[in-house]
Amino acid sequence: MIDRAFIGQSFEPLTVTVEAGRLRAFARATAQRDPIYWDVAAAQAAGYPSIPAPLTFVFTLDLERADPFYFINEMKIELAHVLHGEQAFTYGAPICAGDEVTLISSVKDIYDKKGGAMEFVILETSAQNQRGEDLGSMTRTIVVRNPQ
Amino acid sequence: MSDVTYAAVSVGDPLPAVRQREISRTTLALFAGASGDHNPIHIDIDFAKAAGMPDVFAHGMLGMAYLGHLLTAWVPQSAVREFSTRFVAITQIHAVVTCTGRVVEKREGNLVALEIQAADQNGDVKLAGKAVVELP
Repeated sequence: MIDRAFIGQSFEPLTVTVEAGRLRAFARATAQRDPIYWDVAAAQAAGYPSIPAPLTFVFTLDLERADPFYFINEMKIELAHVLHGEQAFTYGAPICAGDEVTLISSVKDIYDKKGGAMEFVILETSAQNQRGEDLGSMTRTIVVRNPQ
Repeated sequence: MSDVTYAAVSVGDPLPAVRQREISRTTLALFAGASGDHNPIHIDIDFAKAAGMPDVFAHGMLGMAYLGHLLTAWVPQSAVREFSTRFVAITQIHAVVTCTGRVVEKREGNLVALEIQAADQNGDVKLAGKAVVELP
């Protein structure tokens, strides 16, 4: 069982630079068809200062850590038993190449179903840029399948 | 990019569907690198089998990126206020994913609520999502 004392715990904030090359690689890897997501001129023509980060990119920014599975490992969860259950985003100011984004994550809840066979962890992450603007937030729900 | 307006949309309107190419092992390797999600269950068949899976399977966030493309092919990204999904089933290797959606509610403040989904070539739903967009 995951220690319920983790509920409410915040993790070390992460500040990460949004790199144009990473955005282009993400666009290629996801078969993006809109050139604003890889071409600076197209992005600027659409009103962005540079290439915008796509809708799910904050999730990728949070993986830019020495240990991308930080909260899973800190809670001593076996990665092989983890599934991604749900993912939600809200949006504030746009995120563009060159921005410095600070992410702060905390455990909102931990609960179990089926007599502990499945545990759920809800992690909330808020995002701000270098100007202190709110970039929105994300909430991920992971499901841990505990062997019986 | 279309010029979708609040006045012009009605409850029940479909979003133009977006079909993706087959998810190959290369797709998953490239997405692992580009997304930073290096969980070996998506790229290492030995690890996947040891974890009790028959094969590697797609990252949930790859499917969510595809759902994002559905939204931003319909409205500019700046219109999207909320976007969420449940990962209801594993997306198997070699799946051909099609994303679809429809308008389910018009709200005050020019907000429009959508239901969206990603399904494979057999029509099996893999991601069931929602979004709220603010239209001009």
